[in-house]
Amino acid sequence: MQRYSIVSLVREALRGHVGWRPAWRQAEPKPEYDYVVVGGGGHGLATAYYLASRYGKARIAVVEKGLIGSGNVGRNTTIVRSNYLLPGNIPFYELSMKLWEGLEADLNYNAMVSQRGVLNLYHSDAQRDAYIRRGNAMLMHGVDATLLDADAVRRKLPFLDIDNARFPIKGGLLQRRGGTVRHDAVAWGYARAADQRGVDIIERCEVTGIRREAGRVTGIETARGFIAARNVGLACAGNSSRVAALADLRLPIESYALQAFVSEALKPFIDCVVTFGAGHFYISQSDKGGLVFGGDLDTYNSYAQRGNLPVIEDVAECGMALMPRLGRVRLLRHWGGIMDMTMDGSPIIDRTPVEGLWLNAGWCYGGFKATPASGLVFAHLMATAAPHEAARAYRLDRFATGHAIDEKGMGPHPQLH
Amino acid sequence: MRIPCPHCGERSLEEFTYLGPANPARAVPEAGRSALPAAGLDEAVTSTYLRDNLPGWVTGIWYHALGCRSVLLVERHATTHEIAGARLARARGVAPVARTGIGDA
Repeated sequence: MQRYSIVSLVREALRGHVGWRPAWRQAEPKPEYDYVVVGGGGHGLATAYYLASRYGKARIAVVEKGLIGSGNVGRNTTIVRSNYLLPGNIPFYELSMKLWEGLEADLNYNAMVSQRGVLNLYHSDAQRDAYIRRGNAMLMHGVDATLLDADAVRRKLPFLDIDNARFPIKGGLLQRRGGTVRHDAVAWGYARAADQRGVDIIERCEVTGIRREAGRVTGIETARGFIAARNVGLACAGNSSRVAALADLRLPIESYALQAFVSEALKPFIDCVVTFGAGHFYISQSDKGGLVFGGDLDTYNSYAQRGNLPVIEDVAECGMALMPRLGRVRLLRHWGGIMDMTMDGSPIIDRTPVEGLWLNAGWCYGGFKATPASGLVFAHLMATAAPHEAARAYRLDRFATGHAIDEKGMGPHPQLH
Repeated sequence: MRIPCPHCGERSLEEFTYLGPANPARAVPEAGRSALPAAGLDEAVTSTYLRDNLPGWVTGIWYHALGCRSVLLVERHATTHEIAGARLARARGVAPVARTGIGDA
């Protein structure tokens, strides 16, 4: 095992960097595993890692249709935060934030965790009151929250259009511990750490069937043959409905495309994550200098990993309303990812009616920030057959029992969450 | 993406509001009753919350908000966004339930 440290870095620098080895093996599928995780994104890799590291399990595989990091874990805007309102959500996302804070030491991998702060702006008295309520809910759960008035926002980000005639900025709710994490490095770091603990990461291995006998899962059919397993965990958000349909399950999910954008590299000028409260727009600046931003979903269900122009126009308008100097910046790239949008905007981590088949799905917009906690609680569920304390509310049947966790209060309209 | 409205011809996406998939039909109480019978609750939960959500051709309910204000059924490919056609929801005898409040009338 190659351990990364200042010593290894200096040694390789002096040797011309010829001694670095691949971060994970190219594993071939074995005929049988105890645990198979379907989906080699952040959540699937984290699940496999915690199954091995925290729950002491062995004979684990992650099967991935494409390549590690080619799905949503490499397509998001890299924001991490735990500024939620509802009791079912706050403990889970705060667990995730705590795991982010210790992630790099845990994985021995530089994921560029940067707690630069997440600032949600408000533009009206009603919005301020809603943010005060949210901030108080966070404080009561032990999460940090600071309310800024307009002057404090002006001192922090003087270039915002604070006195905008239509949507003046009246202040903001700041979570200082929030920030950004290098998304690709999260996938690579978990893949490497899981691999080091014996997990087989099998790329280019699409699941084509889920084999069952007497209501119990017995394995998966894949593009590279049958793999027997008594426990199969689905962590393929974006395509959860497609994969669950292989086991004849219908989920409370619709898939939508969400776009993200990056500009040309600029000198540093935004030192935190800022969200616009009068439209849907969020922006931060990467360490490379590019402005990374995004906005609303494309408003209709889609499986295309690309977006449509009306949303780009809307995002650009929101950006200009917030930060007029953006008008001089050139867009470098934009792309899309497919979101599992659930009926209440919250995820699902639960058992399914098929014994031994476990579901981790429905991440809506919030999948990236949840990566470590999602992996941990899903590993807990698969290893112990009981839900983790922080994820008890994320039941698959909560819509039938009336326990939806509707953070935005939109009802069963997935495109509006 | 451009949608061929039966009334207005081919129009740009910005004029339309997507209201959701056209199936399954909503469970509604019998005439003269205000609630579903208990046995209908499973059906109501299924139709309200569960979705096929598969790639391929899908039929969606679209509201031509900035045009003729008709409710349309649009056949679209969920992966390529190709549109096969659009027809009036009313013509098929569908009583659409507006999902955003925008189409309520």
